Amino acid sequence: MSQGILIWTEHLRGQISEITFEMLGLGRQLADALKVPLTAAVAGANVTALGSQLGMADKVLLVENPALTLATAATQASVLQELLHQEQAALVLVGGTNVSLGVGTVLAARTRLPYINFCKAARVEDGAVVATSQLFGGKVLADTRLAEHRGIISVYPGAFPAEAGRRAGSPQLIPAAVEVAPSPVKFVQFIEPETGDVDITKQDVLVAVGRGIQSQDNVALAEELAAALGGAVCASRPVIDQGWLPLSRQVGKSGMTVKPRLYLALGISGAPEHWEGMQGSRLIVAVNTDPKAPIFDGAHYGATVDALDLLPVLTEKVKARKG
Amino acid sequence: MKYYVLIKMVPDTVEELIIGADGKSLDTDAVRPKLADSDEHAIEEALLLKEKIGGDVAVVALESPEVEDALFTALAKGVNQAVKLTGDWSQLGSLGAAQVFAQYLAPDGQLSADTMVLLRSQAYDDLEGEIGPCLAEKLGVPFVGVVTRIVPGAQEVKVTKEFAGGLRGEFVVPLPCVLGIQSAEKPPRYVPIAKVRAAQKTAKIEEVEGVAPEAQRAYEVERMYLPEAAGRAQMLEGSVEEVADKVVEVLAQNSLL
Ligand SMILES: Cc1cc2nc3c(=O)[nH]c(=O)nc-3n(C[C@H](O)[C@H](O)[C@H](O)COP(=O)(O)OP(=O)(O)OC[C@H]3O[C@@H](n4cnc5c(N)ncnc54)[C@H](O)[C@@H]3O)c2cc1C
Repeated sequence: MSQGILIWTEHLRGQISEITFEMLGLGRQLADALKVPLTAAVAGANVTALGSQLGMADKVLLVENPALTLATAATQASVLQELLHQEQAALVLVGGTNVSLGVGTVLAARTRLPYINFCKAARVEDGAVVATSQLFGGKVLADTRLAEHRGIISVYPGAFPAEAGRRAGSPQLIPAAVEVAPSPVKFVQFIEPETGDVDITKQDVLVAVGRGIQSQDNVALAEELAAALGGAVCASRPVIDQGWLPLSRQVGKSGMTVKPRLYLALGISGAPEHWEGMQGSRLIVAVNTDPKAPIFDGAHYGATVDALDLLPVLTEKVKARKG
Repeated sequence: MKYYVLIKMVPDTVEELIIGADGKSLDTDAVRPKLADSDEHAIEEALLLKEKIGGDVAVVALESPEVEDALFTALAKGVNQAVKLTGDWSQLGSLGAAQVFAQYLAPDGQLSADTMVLLRSQAYDDLEGEIGPCLAEKLGVPFVGVVTRIVPGAQEVKVTKEFAGGLRGEFVVPLPCVLGIQSAEKPPRYVPIAKVRAAQKTAKIEEVEGVAPEAQRAYEVERMYLPEAAGRAQMLEGSVEEVADKVVEVLAQNSLL
C-alpha cells in the first residue's frame, strides 16, 4: 500500500492548466509531511509530452487515449478510480474548475471516500489531513479532517501558488493501461471567447460593477466614470447573466482574467469565482456598503459608501482633476 | 418532453452569516434562505425549452425552510408542477440528496427517454460536491455541467459548456440526461409578487414522501468559522464627497490621474 497522494492532471487544448501546478505544490507539501509518494496521472492525447512537465511528482502515470480528452466526469472518474486502485493511494486531488467539475464527486460516490469541495488551505495534523474549505462565496471557512488522510479534495483555483508546483526535471513516466467504455457525450467544437467591442484584458483601468449596481440604467454611471478615467467597464457574473453587459466583459472563473493598473470594484462582494479573475490587478479599490464583504480582504483600498451615490460625484471629481 | 428542475435553498450571503452554537454549522435562525442562483437559471432554461419545443416542467425540491416560496414562484412563472419531497433532510449531503432525487425520478432506476433533468451546476454550500453528476451516475445517464445553452433535438441535445477565460465548448448529449445549468439563455424572468400570491391561492404543491437514502455524509465538519480579516483594505472613511476626494487622491498617488 503506497498510501500516497494522486493528482488528477488537468489540461486543455494540449496545455497543462495552472491548477495542476497549484495541486502539485500542495501535494508535494502534504506528501513530504506524511512521508508518502506523490503521483500525478495524465489521461488523454500526447500524454508523454504533458507528463514530462510534471517534475514535482515522484512519478507520472500516463493513460494515452485520445478519447479521454474532454471526456465526461463519469469517464474521467473511471480512469481515476482504476488508477487509485492500482496505486493504493489514499488521497486524491482534483481541480475545482469548470473542466474538472464532477470528477471528484463521482469518484466519491463510487468509492465512498469523503469528498471535500472548495479547498483553499490544507495541513497535516496527527497523520490526518485537515482541509479548509471556503464556503458561501468566501464568507465562511470550514475545517474538515480526513482520517488517515483518506479522501478526495477539490482544490480551489488560485488558492495555492502555481510556482510551488513547477519543477524542471524528468519525472518517472509510467504508461498505465486503463480500459474505459466510450463516452456517450461527444465533443463537437470549441467556441472562442468573443472579444467584443472592448478587450478588457488589455485595459489599464477597469471600472467593475457587480450586483450592487442594481439596474441596467446604472451601468451608464460606471461607463461615464470609466470614460473619465480612460478605461472600460467590466462586471461580475450576475450583471452579465442579467444581460446588462456582454459576455466579453465578464471577469472571473469562467470569464476573463484581467491585470489592470486599476480595478475599481463597485458593488461586488468578492466571491472566490470573481476574485480568481482580478486578483492580479495592481491596485484594487473596492466600494461596497457591507463592511464585511470579502472583497475588502484583498483590496488595497475600500470604502463602505453607496456605489450609486459615489459614482456621479467621483466622475465629476476625476474630470475636474484632469481638467 | 418532460423537464425536471431540481432546486435548493441556500443561505442568502447578503445577510450576515453567524456560526451556530455547535461551532460546526451556520446558525439556522440567522439564515435567510433563497433559491440558489443557478437554480433560478435552471428554471428559466426549462421554461424557455418548453416555449421552444413544448413539454411539461416539474420543479422538485427537498423539504426545507421557505422552499414553498420558491415553488410557488416557479408555478407563477409557468411551470406545470411543483413537488416537495417530504422528510428530514437537514443532515443530508449531496450524495444522499442525489439518491433521494433518483428514487423520486426513476423508482425503477430507468429515466424515460424524453426526460431532461436540469439543476444548478454548483451551489456555494455544496461541501460534499455537486448533486448533478452523482444523480446522473445513479440514473445511468450522461451529465454535462456548467451549461449556458441548450439546443434541443429529437434524441439528443447540443449543449454549450463554459471552460474559462470566455472559452466554451459544444457537446452533443443523448437523451435522457442530467444538465448542470450555469446560466439560462436569457436572464430569469421576473414575476410580480401579486402573481406569486395568486399562485399560492390557486395552485398546489404536491407533497411526496421522500425515500431516505443509503448514503450518509462521508465527512464531518470539525469547525466552521469566519475568515480573519487578513490583509484588510485600507478604508477610506467619510461622506460620499470625502470618499470621492480620497479615491481621487489614491488614483493620483498611483499616477492614474
Ligand atoms: C462554476 C461557477 C463559475 C462562476 N464564474 C464566475 C465568474 O466568471 N465571474 C464572477 O464574477 N462570478 C462567477 N461565479 C459566481 C460567483 O460565485 C458569485 O455569485 C458572483 O461573483 C457574485 O457577484 P457579485 O459580487 O456582483 O454579487 P453579490 O455576491 O450579490 O454581491 C453584491 C455586493 O454588492 C453590495 N452592494 C449592494 N448594493 C450596493 C450599493 N448600492 N453600493 C455598494 N455596494 C452594494 C453588497 O453588499 C454585496 O456585497 C461563478 C460561480 C460558479 C458556481
